[in-house]
Amino acid sequence: MRAYWELAKSSFRRHSTYRTAAVAGAFTNSVFGLIRASLLLSAITTAGGAIGGYSAMEAATYVWLGQALLAPLGLFGTAELANRVKSGDIAVDLSRSVNLTASYWAQDLGRAAFDVLPRGLPPLIVGAWVTGLAMPGTPGPYLLGFVSILAAVSLNFLGFFAINLLSFWVLEIRGFWMLYMVVMNLLSGFLVPVTWFPGWLLDFARATPFPSMLQTPVDILAGRTDGGESLAMVGLQILWLAVLLVVVQMMVRFGSRRLVVQGG
Amino acid sequence: MPIINVENLSREFQVMEPMGRFRRRKKTVHAVRGIHFSVEPGEAVGYIGANGAGKSTTIKMLTGVLVPSSGQVSVCGFNPVPQRKALARKIGVVFGQRSQLWWDLPLQDSYPILGAMHRMPEADWRPRFRELAEQMDLGAFLTTPVRQLSLGQRMRGEVAAALLHRPELVILDEPTIGLDMISKEKLRQFLDAERRKNGTTLLLTTHDMSDIQRLCQRVLVVDDGAIAYDGPLTGLADVAGAVRTMVVDLAAPVHSADLFLLPDGAVHEGIEADGIRHSVSFDPRRLSAATVLAAISNTAEVADLSLHEPDIEHLVRELYGSARR
Repeated sequence: MRAYWELAKSSFRRHSTYRTAAVAGAFTNSVFGLIRASLLLSAITTAGGAIGGYSAMEAATYVWLGQALLAPLGLFGTAELANRVKSGDIAVDLSRSVNLTASYWAQDLGRAAFDVLPRGLPPLIVGAWVTGLAMPGTPGPYLLGFVSILAAVSLNFLGFFAINLLSFWVLEIRGFWMLYMVVMNLLSGFLVPVTWFPGWLLDFARATPFPSMLQTPVDILAGRTDGGESLAMVGLQILWLAVLLVVVQMMVRFGSRRLVVQGG
Repeated sequence: MPIINVENLSREFQVMEPMGRFRRRKKTVHAVRGIHFSVEPGEAVGYIGANGAGKSTTIKMLTGVLVPSSGQVSVCGFNPVPQRKALARKIGVVFGQRSQLWWDLPLQDSYPILGAMHRMPEADWRPRFRELAEQMDLGAFLTTPVRQLSLGQRMRGEVAAALLHRPELVILDEPTIGLDMISKEKLRQFLDAERRKNGTTLLLTTHDMSDIQRLCQRVLVVDDGAIAYDGPLTGLADVAGAVRTMVVDLAAPVHSADLFLLPDGAVHEGIEADGIRHSVSFDPRRLSAATVLAAISNTAEVADLSLHEPDIEHLVRELYGSARR
């Protein structure tokens, strides 16, 4: 376990060396938050005050929480593993005495821990200042929200890791990556809340782990669900975590048997 | 019990070969074909061969990152692929062209992570790290991020990383590639001292024959996926029919090679510097250097001389040639 703790710490430190990048990222997240909030708000105004159970203020809160969690949750993913397979550096990863998935997971948690403040706070501050935020006044949603964020970081990590692992079979994963991004962006509730989906799409989304990757922590943090519902949602996240973990471990197991380490 | 035991090991790759404009054909490339060898604890073995001969493929199978197509491998008593993580605690690996250090962290930050990975308590890895840092002269750049290190500095850091857990076996894949003479020499001295002190087994691939001469008593020559020679370095010279060359500078010029009455087995190779410098090659198994020198001295006074040992790179080339024929 100590190895994974050290890896998480080192990843935190690695990311903290790129402070300018963090500032630029937070700025971008905030600007896009303004654009998304203004689009949603004008839609809600046109619709006459509320869409799918979201008032103007609640919709704005949904946008700003999404923008704040975007980076910490790792919604853009990283192709590091696939790149290391391409360059053959995967040989180094595989000759370490640690579990491949766990070592990357630990590093992603370290990255997320760094991203929380510099990437998360600025969009919330801008949001509170420009549109105002509808946040709960009790500690419960924040506590459960924290657990939900941890689960969502892990789910996003495992999702992208599975796509990365395809590089054990195919030389180029760009196509799979694009497909995953499009599907995940929509079904995770990043573009619009999943409850705005037509019934059939909502049912489909709920049969996938994607809403657990963003919609769930946003809803819990915003206090849209009561205690019991929130607990059930976190339970569902953990269930998906177990499923994805099994999938990823199987992929590592079978993939590393047919992996061809590139280069001399 | 041998520390490395390889029996009938093969690895093939499927590659797609273009056939006409659109069609492709599957082609099987035999990177390693049925090799056998074993290495005893404490040995230092050089694994040499031309580019594409199958060296790196073998190394990857020994470290468990590549699954063999057929055959048996045992390293430190482990079957490398299924027991990769356990094996990683027993061996140290240096891939000359890759880095096991954390690229954007200061050099010294990599070692606590490695220590934890090898499950070494701090009281164990910290003194070892200090010892390695001192021997490899890392002090001046321990706080420099790895990405800013020069190649020579980084390689020293890499070797220290591979040796932190006092592995029984160190596998080095082209450790001196791209290094200058001084860095190479430092690295060799260190590896040699480490082996003498701790009885570490060394297996290294290289294109630099001085690495082999300095570090290894035994060489394995691989050619086209098969072992072409396995034995001591001196034996390699015998196999390839190596000759030594004596270069003499004469006190007064001699313009004709025919004036020397050379014994059988010695051949006059050329005249340089207006008749002052002559080179004579001879078969060391039939003639001693003293005999050759005496023969030359009968004709002319020798002012200076130098002896050139067989060039191993040349020997290996000869050997590849003979194995192919």
